Amino acid sequence: MIEKALRGNSNYWMWLAFLGAFIAVGGICYIRQYLFGMGLTGMGRDLSWGLYISQFTFLVGVAAGGLMLVLPYYIHNYKAFGRITILGEFLAIASLVMCLMFIMADIGQPIRGLNMILHPTPNSMLFWDMVVLLGYLTLNVICGWVILTAERKQVKPPKWVYIFVYISIPFAVSIHTVTAMLYCGLPGRHFWLSAITAPRFLASAFAAGPALIVIACLIMKRIAHFDAGKEAINKITTIIMYAAIINAFFVCLEFFVGWYSNIPGHKHSLEYLFFGLEHHGQVYNNLVPFMWSSVLLCFGGLGVFAYMKITKTGSDLMIGLGCAMIFIALWLDKGLGFVMGGLVVNPLDEIVEYYPTANEIAVSLGIWATGIFLVTVLYKIAVKVEHEVEG
Amino acid sequence: MDKQRRKFLKIAGVTALAGIGAPAVVKLTASPVLASSTGKTDAHGVQAEHGSGHGAESAPQGVRLGLLIDMRKLYGHPELLDKATAACNKVHNIPAIDSKKSEIKWIWKTPFANAFTDQTAYHSSKVTKENDFLVLCNHCDEPPCVRVCPTKATYIEKNTGIVSMDYHRCIGCRFCMMGCPYGARSFNWFDPRPYIKELNPDFPTRMRGVVEKCNFCGERLALGQEPACVEAVKEAGAIVFGDLNDPNSEIRQILDKEHTIQRQAALGTKPSVFYIV
Repeated sequence: MIEKALRGNSNYWMWLAFLGAFIAVGGICYIRQYLFGMGLTGMGRDLSWGLYISQFTFLVGVAAGGLMLVLPYYIHNYKAFGRITILGEFLAIASLVMCLMFIMADIGQPIRGLNMILHPTPNSMLFWDMVVLLGYLTLNVICGWVILTAERKQVKPPKWVYIFVYISIPFAVSIHTVTAMLYCGLPGRHFWLSAITAPRFLASAFAAGPALIVIACLIMKRIAHFDAGKEAINKITTIIMYAAIINAFFVCLEFFVGWYSNIPGHKHSLEYLFFGLEHHGQVYNNLVPFMWSSVLLCFGGLGVFAYMKITKTGSDLMIGLGCAMIFIALWLDKGLGFVMGGLVVNPLDEIVEYYPTANEIAVSLGIWATGIFLVTVLYKIAVKVEHEVEG
Repeated sequence: MDKQRRKFLKIAGVTALAGIGAPAVVKLTASPVLASSTGKTDAHGVQAEHGSGHGAESAPQGVRLGLLIDMRKLYGHPELLDKATAACNKVHNIPAIDSKKSEIKWIWKTPFANAFTDQTAYHSSKVTKENDFLVLCNHCDEPPCVRVCPTKATYIEKNTGIVSMDYHRCIGCRFCMMGCPYGARSFNWFDPRPYIKELNPDFPTRMRGVVEKCNFCGERLALGQEPACVEAVKEAGAIVFGDLNDPNSEIRQILDKEHTIQRQAALGTKPSVFYIV
């Protein structure tokens, strides 16, 4: 089926070349980092996790988000999602590849990466994260490919593949739960030490992943004559709304716990993220504009959806706008605020703000471009197969 | 290259010996008067004595090395704190990187409010306000860094209780730095070797991309020496090192007598470093 990705119009190739340019720059910047060391990043002794890990965390969510298509279709037999579950599975594959790339970019001795497998350590959540991520990647590759092949041959998928489909459902939950456990089990990191971290991650994942799929569907409708169907898009936007509302609710709960308990450690990160943290006469607030943008975009996106639901209208443009707003809001919240906010106060009560370097940003963009490249190719294959079947 | 490797293996062997040798060394460092008062004592004898206890700490097993910093003897002498840090830096080939972002520190000084974030600094005494405190790895009995490490590159040495690092296994994920609630760990953001002022050929240097921290001078214990910081402030007798599980060790004698505090004790990490303030 790969050959289907090798035929396309000039726009397709130009798009891939455009992404290729980012990948090339990212690759060069990574080589620089590999040769010099992690000192080329903005991370330091106090803020020793940064953009890479936060992108990883966010993308695990995007990967898990596909569950919102797979679960209704396979468990509840919701036929409207029939055409697009494959998009969820393929998005998961691309997201997980990005996750693994971000992890490799983040570790100081990447050539020793296999030590994770050579010296398996079950008490480390990072070990379990590797297990579930590789497991979920494998499951999605198997399910996506087998089901698409069956569709192409216009036969029912073999029965055995459903076992993997059903296993992949708890796996999707597990990848984000275990990723949350990287953070929420660390003593002395007050912002992360919250039992609600995992549910919050899942809620934001179930909004961000489907939002990206809707955007992809709308783009493909315009450029590839692929129509996901009005009912399907309508249902996904409802799912996105609920998930985004639950995420916002969870964030509010964090605020309540911090302010009502009045424990400084529980407030510091939120103060830093939303209002600016004052310390020895200096105010640290470099993320405040981003976090308020996140709030406005989240409620703006929800407002757009609510308007469409109430008036029962909605153009593709409005749906796309709503989804993009929610997606960016959640990226700012989890892909930026969560990690940096949690680390801004170091264990010795010193404040360190994080500014990623150009090199680091270029590597991150390169990895994102690789993921989008992969999504483009995989979606191209999926859409071509659908077209072929429909004649 | 080959020579360096041989040198490393030699050191690695010696460090491994530390595990076997340490109990004996601890006895050496304990005051001879105390040691002779009970005749022969071995660490395992302690177990029976504490076996029936049902306190917060589990029954002690084997040797658990600890450090006690008597700040009373260091107040007004910041030069002694610097001396301890300098001794450690020199012995362990710690690079002098002049950047808060990338610096590497094993033992350093910091104000009370930073060292003891869970203690009040409100209306603190003049002495508390004006003096810095030594901070280092606490060699916890329940170390979060060991719990989170995905490769067992940091681990508890069974024979000594020291929380050690294997620089050759560390993949540089920095998860241990996230886990450590004391900020005791440093990462080599780039090749540290050019920043080593005076190379100590008896201790390995590190490469970029790995985490490092205080090792309680495991390599010196193996040779029957005291930790470098203890030795550096010997004149003031401000730092006492020994086996926390041996009721006759000097450190235990002081712990039994004086009121001591620990950093972030509420987090349940069971630090092995104590302070008299």
